[in-house]
Amino acid sequence: MESLIVSIYVFTLAVFIGFELITKVPPLLHTPLMSGSNAISGITVVGALLAANANNWKVSTVLGVLAIAFAMINVIGGFMVTDRMLGMFKKDKKTEKGA
Amino acid sequence: MIYLEQFTYLLASALFIIGLKYLGSAKTARRGNQYAMMAMAIAIVITLVVSGIAGPVQIIVGMVVGGLIGGVVAKKIEMTSMPQMVALFNGFGGIASTLVAYSEYLEPTTLPVTLDVNVTLILSLFIGTVTLTGSLIAFAKLQGLMPGRPIVLPMHQILNFLLMIGVVIFGVMYVMAPDIPMWPLLIIAAAAIFGITFVIPIGGADMPVVIALLNSYSGLAASATGFVLSNNVLIIAGALVGASGLILTQLMCDAMNRSLFNVLFGAVGTDDSTGDAGTGGGEQKTVTRYTAEDAAMIMDTVQSVIIVPGYGLAVAQAQHVLHEMAGMLTARGIDVKYAIHPVAGRMPGHMNVLLAEANVPYDVLYEMDDINDEFQNTDVALIIGANDVVNPAARTKKDSPLYGMPILNVDYARTVMFVKRSMGAGFAGEANPLFFDDKTMMVFGDAKAVVTGLVKSLKEE
Repeated sequence: MESLIVSIYVFTLAVFIGFELITKVPPLLHTPLMSGSNAISGITVVGALLAANANNWKVSTVLGVLAIAFAMINVIGGFMVTDRMLGMFKKDKKTEKGA
Repeated sequence: MIYLEQFTYLLASALFIIGLKYLGSAKTARRGNQYAMMAMAIAIVITLVVSGIAGPVQIIVGMVVGGLIGGVVAKKIEMTSMPQMVALFNGFGGIASTLVAYSEYLEPTTLPVTLDVNVTLILSLFIGTVTLTGSLIAFAKLQGLMPGRPIVLPMHQILNFLLMIGVVIFGVMYVMAPDIPMWPLLIIAAAAIFGITFVIPIGGADMPVVIALLNSYSGLAASATGFVLSNNVLIIAGALVGASGLILTQLMCDAMNRSLFNVLFGAVGTDDSTGDAGTGGGEQKTVTRYTAEDAAMIMDTVQSVIIVPGYGLAVAQAQHVLHEMAGMLTARGIDVKYAIHPVAGRMPGHMNVLLAEANVPYDVLYEMDDINDEFQNTDVALIIGANDVVNPAARTKKDSPLYGMPILNVDYARTVMFVKRSMGAGFAGEANPLFFDDKTMMVFGDAKAVVTGLVKSLKEE
């Protein structure tokens, strides 16, 4: 039960940090923010690795391997597409010089 | 060893937070994404190091297969399809959580399994599965695999209610007798149906809200899995995503002046194709039709233009030629700006990405609140493939579904130009009185064809 209480503490504080950080994000970055956070939710891969890591094959191992694959699609796909998008955002050079 | 593991997870969590902070500003966003990447790599490596690699084959297979699929999708995906991709990825996050939780049910990492582990396991199975099936429906709607209009079953809300009751009952049964394998499977089944019935009544136009909400769920699913495994990095990263998705959901609702409740249960909207709603009330009013050449002649005499892009622009793939036109206008000394409505496009911030892809610099893109006062001093408001977000009925017509939605004040500009495929109403099915205004020029046609015509005429002069 103690560990549950600690988990609830950690979760609640992290939610507050999330609210604080995201409220200020300009609409320009909302789509990259979503694909980037998509990648971050792939953190489940850590749990998946623990589930799949066994020296014999059981149902739980198979489920773990599937979970690794799905989470890795999120992680790699999410981070790469975010980077691709952010690479497209450019400032107008002329304006920069004029300003 | 436990300290090494915990401190490394702490480092990863901190990097996630810093990464998210940097993602919030255009200058540092790319670095922020890289920080989050590093955090993920660190978390993966320390997990493998500490747990010892007992089954290298399955781990490598899982990581390589998933990584390759993700990499290919990220490289190939069209920017217009970003909403579908994010929807699908949300679903993958959900199923990963469900799989991990169920695997933990089959082979618990710590024995005996305590009550709080079982309760969080139920949560994890439930949220993960709802995220999966809900996201698949959102994906199907966005991809056009199923109709975008709201689908309402008989006794829809009662069905949803019964499913929720079912989950609670199965959950209680499970906690009382965790050894009976039927209960967790029933929880998964009920959650799967609930995910579907939750998203099908939501119309295509409201999908930005749904994607943001499912984004939040995918984070919460990861967090719930973290509760099951007592793993703080999962809890923190998941909570950050959960919070971020929730804020975007709220922003999208505000931009449409709708409550989340209304979006989820209101079943608002027509089909996603622009139906031929004609003149709305059936009154015979006339519009003045113009050609691209007429529009180009007007452009010859003006000093300022504000372009209002809508999703129709992206459908026609006209962003690039629009950017070319804007460049020609700028070269003639005309002040060109873009006004971006918060719900332009199909997901939060979608239009900005679509224009960035066409090399439009982001400092000429203006948010609604920053540019709305400028329309009255502007010669031409050029609206391309948008309708609802500039419909003045939102200000005045109390019975309109658009009423109260903040709009771009294009009707204050001296001349209003619409480039549109037809007279059709927008998603909301509300006719736009501005079409019939004396200062309005309607140029009918595919956005790309019209703008290309404009560019051609401008060149000839």
